[in-house]
Amino acid sequence: MTTPVRLEQTQVDPAVDEVGIEDRPWLTIVWNDPVNLMSYVTYVFQKLFGYSRDQATRLMLDVHHKGRAVVTSGSREKVETDVAKLHAAGLWATMQRDE
Amino acid sequence: MNGWRRRGGLIVASLSEREAVLLRALVAQIRDMLAVRVAAIPKDELAELTGIVVGPTTAPNDRVLARLLPDFHREDPTLSGGLRALHEPELVALKDGTARVVLDTCPPRGGRVRLTDEQAHAWLSALNDVRLALGTVLEVTEDMPDELPPNDPRAPHLGVYHWLTWVQETLIRALAGT
Repeated sequence: MTTPVRLEQTQVDPAVDEVGIEDRPWLTIVWNDPVNLMSYVTYVFQKLFGYSRDQATRLMLDVHHKGRAVVTSGSREKVETDVAKLHAAGLWATMQRDE
Repeated sequence: MNGWRRRGGLIVASLSEREAVLLRALVAQIRDMLAVRVAAIPKDELAELTGIVVGPTTAPNDRVLARLLPDFHREDPTLSGGLRALHEPELVALKDGTARVVLDTCPPRGGRVRLTDEQAHAWLSALNDVRLALGTVLEVTEDMPDELPPNDPRAPHLGVYHWLTWVQETLIRALAGT
């Protein structure tokens, strides 16, 4: 995710770069939707991921203003579990590999 | 209803008969919709033998169900299909379970509702599912007005949606202690 890693990836040969893609973490994305309440989204982030009220509020505002936010990242299994939890809470969440 | 409050370790509210009847009907409708989705899954001999329930690989055509049971990935239908098959049965069971908690704890003719935190969390999810369903049908936007023009066929239902929003908001406040 950091810039130095990306610069390094542009310089290595394609075979190694593919390994780099495999190593990239997965991201849990929450998308803005017109129904879910700002207070509810904040509460869900706190309850599901243990974020402080300030952290959760910041992420909720990102979703609200930017249309989406990365709420967790990690292995495919972890992110898959997080997306499933968010779906259970009724949030519009998807997973994708870090670009 | 005057909103939810925390009283002696419980989350409490009073519902009128009309409110209780309306809420129970909406929550029951979510259960019915989920049951239709489950019934549409073809019987699988292997699943019956192993006891491992496999969900469908495609998203529901119905827009309300599609909102309640979203895709895992935006651009990769293969990944989304595989993960849906894996997770949808549990997701449907969870949503059905929270709906059942509401039906078990909301008196059919209204009155006092007293919930443990666990039950209150089930109510929170179930209320949210009802709002998602209604919001999808009403095509609500972020700047939805309090009232629609009288000639809009959605006008009478928007009041219900706004009421549910308020019920959910006070429940979050009672749970979060804010």
